[in-house]
Amino acid sequence: MSRKPLSETSEWTFELIEKYHKEIERIAGNFGLDTYPVQLEIITAEQMMDAYASVGMPIGYTHWSFGKEFVNNEKRYKRGQMGLAYEIVINSDPCIAYLMEENSMTMQALVIAHAAYGHNSFFKNNYLFKTWTSADAIIDYLLFAKNYIAECEERYGEDQVEAFLDSCHTLKNFGVDRYKRPVKLSMQEEKERQKEREEYLQSQVNEIWRTLPKIEEQFDVIQEKRFPEEPEENLLYFIEKNAPLLEPWQREIVRIVRKIAQYFYPQRQTQVMNEGWATFWHYTILNQLYDEGLVTDGFIIEFLQSHTNVVYQPDFDSPYYSGINPYALGFAMMSDIRRICEHPTDEDRQWFPDIAGSDWLDAMHFAMQNFKDESFISQYLSPKVIRDFKLFSVLDDDREKEIEITSIHNEINYEYIRQALSEQYNLGSLEPNIQVYNVDLNGDRSLTLQHTQYNRIPLDKSANEVVKHVARLWGFDVRLETVKENGTIVHSFHCQL
Amino acid sequence: MSRIVDRRLNGKNKSAVNRQKFIRRFRQQIKRAVADAISDRSVTDLEKGEKVSIPAKDISEPFFHHGQGGRRERIHPGNKEFQQGDRLPRPKGGEGQGSDNQASDSGEGLDDFIFELTREEFLQFFFDDLELPNLVKTKLATINETKKIRAGHTSDGIPTNINVIRSLRGAMGRRIALRAPYKNRIKEAQAELQELLRQHDKNYPAVKALEQEIEQLKKKIERIPFIDTFDLRYDNHIDQPKPTTQAVMFCIMDVSGSMGFEEKDMAKRFFMLLYLFLTRTYEKIQVVFVSHHTVASEVDEETFFYSRETGGTVVSSALELVSQIIRDRFPTSDWNIYAAQASDGDNWDDDSITCRKIMNEQIMPYVQYYAYIEITEDRHQNLWQEYLSVKSNWDNFAMQRIERIADIYPVFRKLFKKQLA
Repeated sequence: MSRKPLSETSEWTFELIEKYHKEIERIAGNFGLDTYPVQLEIITAEQMMDAYASVGMPIGYTHWSFGKEFVNNEKRYKRGQMGLAYEIVINSDPCIAYLMEENSMTMQALVIAHAAYGHNSFFKNNYLFKTWTSADAIIDYLLFAKNYIAECEERYGEDQVEAFLDSCHTLKNFGVDRYKRPVKLSMQEEKERQKEREEYLQSQVNEIWRTLPKIEEQFDVIQEKRFPEEPEENLLYFIEKNAPLLEPWQREIVRIVRKIAQYFYPQRQTQVMNEGWATFWHYTILNQLYDEGLVTDGFIIEFLQSHTNVVYQPDFDSPYYSGINPYALGFAMMSDIRRICEHPTDEDRQWFPDIAGSDWLDAMHFAMQNFKDESFISQYLSPKVIRDFKLFSVLDDDREKEIEITSIHNEINYEYIRQALSEQYNLGSLEPNIQVYNVDLNGDRSLTLQHTQYNRIPLDKSANEVVKHVARLWGFDVRLETVKENGTIVHSFHCQL
Repeated sequence: MSRIVDRRLNGKNKSAVNRQKFIRRFRQQIKRAVADAISDRSVTDLEKGEKVSIPAKDISEPFFHHGQGGRRERIHPGNKEFQQGDRLPRPKGGEGQGSDNQASDSGEGLDDFIFELTREEFLQFFFDDLELPNLVKTKLATINETKKIRAGHTSDGIPTNINVIRSLRGAMGRRIALRAPYKNRIKEAQAELQELLRQHDKNYPAVKALEQEIEQLKKKIERIPFIDTFDLRYDNHIDQPKPTTQAVMFCIMDVSGSMGFEEKDMAKRFFMLLYLFLTRTYEKIQVVFVSHHTVASEVDEETFFYSRETGGTVVSSALELVSQIIRDRFPTSDWNIYAAQASDGDNWDDDSITCRKIMNEQIMPYVQYYAYIEITEDRHQNLWQEYLSVKSNWDNFAMQRIERIADIYPVFRKLFKKQLA
């Protein structure tokens, strides 16, 4: 403990960042964090706002909606409603983490530990990120997308490209494969080439373009086959491959929007885990620095203050309440796994026989690698965390006059709350289930989308606007049907071109 | 392996393109907002940006999501007194029940989307209506030009600005100062040496030591550099606004009953444009508002644009007043005088001839420029005819009939031409 602190003041310099980074890297290594190489970039507050507006992408194609986002952030920042988040980290290889120049040395160290080691190791090792994203290719792809769209604007006019992007953006969340897993990364490139060939062949036999009906079909009056035969959940993919009137460049733009949405899909599914993991590690690493005498008391107090703010969870009746804070829940759950491993109680032994008393690093790495929010919560939310947060569930049924408290944090309800909370992070039920149901091949080529209702929750009225955009992409009429779980149609909207 | 990259120099305007796209898309809404802003603004107030609000529904980006209703269950933290099975009245909005997820997904709620236009963007929209030529626009939108003037000397700068005399003088001073202790010691040592030599011969050890010391000191003196970066002095230059003079601008407007809100708004833009032009040329500008119906009076801006009088129109009363004010307060030796007059062309018949007389004799000889606009759709009346004859006499008189805002610019064409040349 006789070691000299790395610095005494809160000013940062490049040398200091390097020094701190070396120590953090060493400690992270000792804890077994496996990361991409780190690239730290010093930026200004304005640049941070730029980064914000482009959803954290270091390069992005241009579109007015990013401008709106920027204008909005700028306004809020100037009014002081929003402090800038001090971390943006990019899932790329090397992993890029931004450090804002206004930050004190303490905050820089916090960001390095949080983003460059916490998030970074999560990106590299969580199964969703491993299967869905390729960190080494994303920057290249974004650059390609930016240039491609700029070229299209030049060639086909800004307005046309902008309108087309508008339409694609409305389906952004429906441009991902939820259930199909893509092939492993190692084989990806090879497969892609193969797929291209396949697609070429497919385009030769495009069902929709076939103007001469097969002879047999004329006699087959009973029931035509639907197209697609199985409903397709990836709307953008379906449009890219099947919309009859799209020009090649338009197909490529659909693909770009789809690819980028796919790239961010894992992040939307692992918010609690990812932030919890990163927060746990900045907390653990910086405390280790303190224990080794490498940082001053002032440093650790400043750190603890901002850490406490980050993991603050307002109660449901607080004016600051806006849902469960993913940092708070994630940090509590991650810390709890360590506690269960190191100091298990009888309750823990009963609930977590596998990990109680085992090596905490192994248990945590396993949890980080193999789950997403939904499964992570249903597996690891412990009675202790439920009690600490005083979680309770509320049932709001529009057929009832009153809302009902269905469970509180008592023993018989732990399992119930765990499942309900897990469900709350299931993107599959948060987002409406809308699939391509049919294309009228023999008639007007209209496209039918089917929304399968869940718990009678309706679509927002703006859905009709979205359907208009879908019609623009599809090129022919589009129908949107809402069906009950039992298959009866409750509502339908027809958009004619 | 890791890298630290300083990106601060990369420029911050990565979002500028997207911002432009955003503005382009909502051009119509912004234009309306700017038009509103202009009617709220003072003639002299064109130097700042503007807050613009766009209805949230216009800029929404729709996507498929759940609406209100159905059956849903949510987990909340911080239970205090609830028991399982409690039934409560449904809270009204806000508290984050049920649909809060949707509300936060769609971002804004239904508030208007407010953001700030920069001064440049604001002027762009202002010019847009006026259909100013591009060259004029850029000229008007640029901030005052500056001129470099000498401002003493500094210790850093670029090589071309080195001031040789001062640098060498500094160097000399430094050399003298640094040499002094050595020189003193040499003097002493030499005196000691003399003393020693009197008693001992050259090979006496102390003599040798002293000689060596003197030698070393001399070398030290030699090693003092002739000139050091520390000595360098550079001529310093700073930016100073170009020397400009002062101007006065007369706004003359007919406020008789026939001038409605629309007409006044057009007149206002006309005055604003002249003002904007003057700010480019003169550092100090005074604006004098003269309104008239049958009698004229000098008023403040508020009254000028918003008061309504009834009754007839005697234009000469205003011209007389202007002439009077010029004589009293703005001697042409000190002031550049500009005048802009807006009217619907109505005047008492007999009066128009008087107007011509006053113009020719009392006003035109003293002003730099006189611009007249007639805001009307009727046919010209006698004032127009009289002014036509003024125009033929004077090169610095411009007149134009205006039906839409874009007609304003031609009045100033000559003014801007002069400026641009």
